[in-house]
Amino acid sequence: MKFQSQSVAMPYFIAALGLFVGQIIFGLIMGLQYVMGDFLFPEIPFNVARMVHTNLLIVWLLFGFMGAAYYLVPEEAETELHSPKLALALFWIFLVAGALTIVGYLSVPYARLAELTGNELLPTMGREFLEQPTITKAGIVVVALGFLYNLGMTVLKGRKTVINTVLMIGLVGLAVMFLFSFYNPDNLVRDKFYWWYVVHLWVEGVWELILGAILAFVLIKTTGVDREVIEKWLYMIIAMALITGILGTGHHFYWIGTPEYWQWLGSIFSAMEPVPFFMMTLFAFNMVNKRRREHPNKAAVLWAMGTGVMAFLGAGVWGFLHTLAPVNYYTHGTQITASHGHMAFYGAYAMIVMSIISYAMPHLRGRVANSNKAQVTEMWGFWLMTVSMVFITLFLTGAGILQVWMQRYTDMPLPFMVVQDKIAIFYWLREVAGVTFMAGLVVYLCSFFVGNDQNATDDFAKAMSKQRELETATAE
Amino acid sequence: MNETFTKSMARNIFYGGSLFFILVFIGLTFHTERVLPERDHRENITPEVVLGKKVWEENNCIGCHSLLGEGAYYAPELGNVYKRFGNSTEAIIGFIKSRPAEGIPNRRSMPQFNLSDEELKAVAEFLKWTSEVNTSNWPPNIQG
Ligand code: HEM
Ligand code: HEM
Ligand SMILES: [Fe+2]
Repeated sequence: MKFQSQSVAMPYFIAALGLFVGQIIFGLIMGLQYVMGDFLFPEIPFNVARMVHTNLLIVWLLFGFMGAAYYLVPEEAETELHSPKLALALFWIFLVAGALTIVGYLSVPYARLAELTGNELLPTMGREFLEQPTITKAGIVVVALGFLYNLGMTVLKGRKTVINTVLMIGLVGLAVMFLFSFYNPDNLVRDKFYWWYVVHLWVEGVWELILGAILAFVLIKTTGVDREVIEKWLYMIIAMALITGILGTGHHFYWIGTPEYWQWLGSIFSAMEPVPFFMMTLFAFNMVNKRRREHPNKAAVLWAMGTGVMAFLGAGVWGFLHTLAPVNYYTHGTQITASHGHMAFYGAYAMIVMSIISYAMPHLRGRVANSNKAQVTEMWGFWLMTVSMVFITLFLTGAGILQVWMQRYTDMPLPFMVVQDKIAIFYWLREVAGVTFMAGLVVYLCSFFVGNDQNATDDFAKAMSKQRELETATAE
Repeated sequence: MNETFTKSMARNIFYGGSLFFILVFIGLTFHTERVLPERDHRENITPEVVLGKKVWEENNCIGCHSLLGEGAYYAPELGNVYKRFGNSTEAIIGFIKSRPAEGIPNRRSMPQFNLSDEELKAVAEFLKWTSEVNTSNWPPNIQG
């Protein structure tokens, strides 16, 4: 850690991982409700569990992005953070507001929560992913403003780098697009149209800038490749992301009442959306191949390469699978959608947050890298979670193909619930993969408590002497 | 990447390309707004339909169901439920009203929301209006 104020990132990372655990617990509850319909009914109905699962996901990713920004912006700008106190205050505000919202979901019926929080004054609740009470949404905006102010001041007084600029554009974009969540027209078609301005233009727009910037930072630090090269890649990746992703929004405007030209526009542009994700994979592997140093933090390098691959698979390949209008006509709103949503969110955003945590956490704890033992444990967590997510995706894809066939495609389509019963075996398998995912997460968390400072120092010394030998060998 | 392609070229492609497509997207948004009335039949959005949408939202129906293919995948698509239930708002009302509070053993079941008669009627009218939106023939069949 180069600057004292970077340490405010630590509570953000810890909170992110804590909420991640909560997310997965509710995922497992829902997975069970898929096959044992009365599980926890009526105490925690499926819709409540789903809100908790998806909102915790979004909130922990936001904590992760904020932690990443507080860590890397001062380091890039080569100056202390404008106000560490503000960063800490916002941390507690965000955590308490988030926790209260989740408690609200779980303790009173949703309609009662809407009433208690004055939803009728400005109705924004009850839409997928945007279920938070309006006051929580307002709180998110306040936190975002304070956060952007704090970072903005830091960037202005320090060194200007491409990584900081791109990260800031991404974060400002995140906040700006979120404002559409306050717009909820009475006309459902218009409501849905602008809802995607938040959801799609986040994950297939501005968040890709954040993803690219964090990935570039971790790669610069771990590979020592020349900044010029990394920055050129970063610009090309984010250029392709926005060039394809903005009109790519059209892949959500096929069947919600919007005009039919979106079937052409959405299909053509979203079919190119895998390109920036593929470039990220190439980027990560190329930089690691061209590395100028052996960074002792092998786990961070693994996470960075893993992000490249899994983001491409989940967003690029599984996205492309159902993005062309004639295909989407049959797959729209089925388990195919769920399979893609899972691998894309995990592969791109969960993994990039774990990449920066993997790189930054040792520094925040006063070492360059963790001990070998801790890293091996962390890598076990990586593989268990990642392989489990591949299986979750495959099982949901299997369920989805059968669902599309039986419910949508044949001449004698069967009712929804009948089909659900017939494909239950896939849901059981998904739940098993979910349990191994949870095990992987536990192993990953354990890695933070394995090995002590002495181990880390010894292992680091060994790695350094090996590196020096290597360097003298190549010099000769 | 080779040397003739410089970082500043990449940067210009980013700013120029993004700006161009943002403008195109804004233009298309305006155009979509202009032609939407022919497809969404907004003339039929009565105060009752508006209330129905509010009931839909404040009970988080989207947390289990999909509506025009968006939402959750735990329970049936409701964009065309009016048609599936034989073009009857009464059938929709009857269904929502009769959900057992304690659920159905071993099955996925819908909560009992204890809606008032006014709310029941409104949400049914909302679903009726939704089923009349021009969705380019989606869903492929009545099962949703
Ligand atoms: C990291 C990036 C991405 C993430 C996190 C992501 C996530 C999601 C999620 C959660 C949904 C479901 C939304 C809902 O609940 O209605 C969705 C839908 C969809 N995504 Fe992505 N996505 C990403 C990238 C992509 C890409 C690159 C493509 C295309 C190549 C794509 C194509 C689609 C399509 C076509 C749908 C609509 C599915 C339907 O009709 O039901 N996505 N995405
Ligand atoms: C143990 C593992 C998990 C299980 C069993 C699980 C289960 C589920 C279930 C049952 C749903 C609701 C599907 C529906 O609407 O019918 C869901 C939704 C979702 N989950 Fe998970 N989940 C798990 C892990 C994750 C992870 C790790 C992520 C991302 C990092 C994630 C992201 C999502 C998203 C984005 C949705 C909304 C999908 C959509 O709208 O298409 N889940 N999950
Ligand atoms: Fe999208």
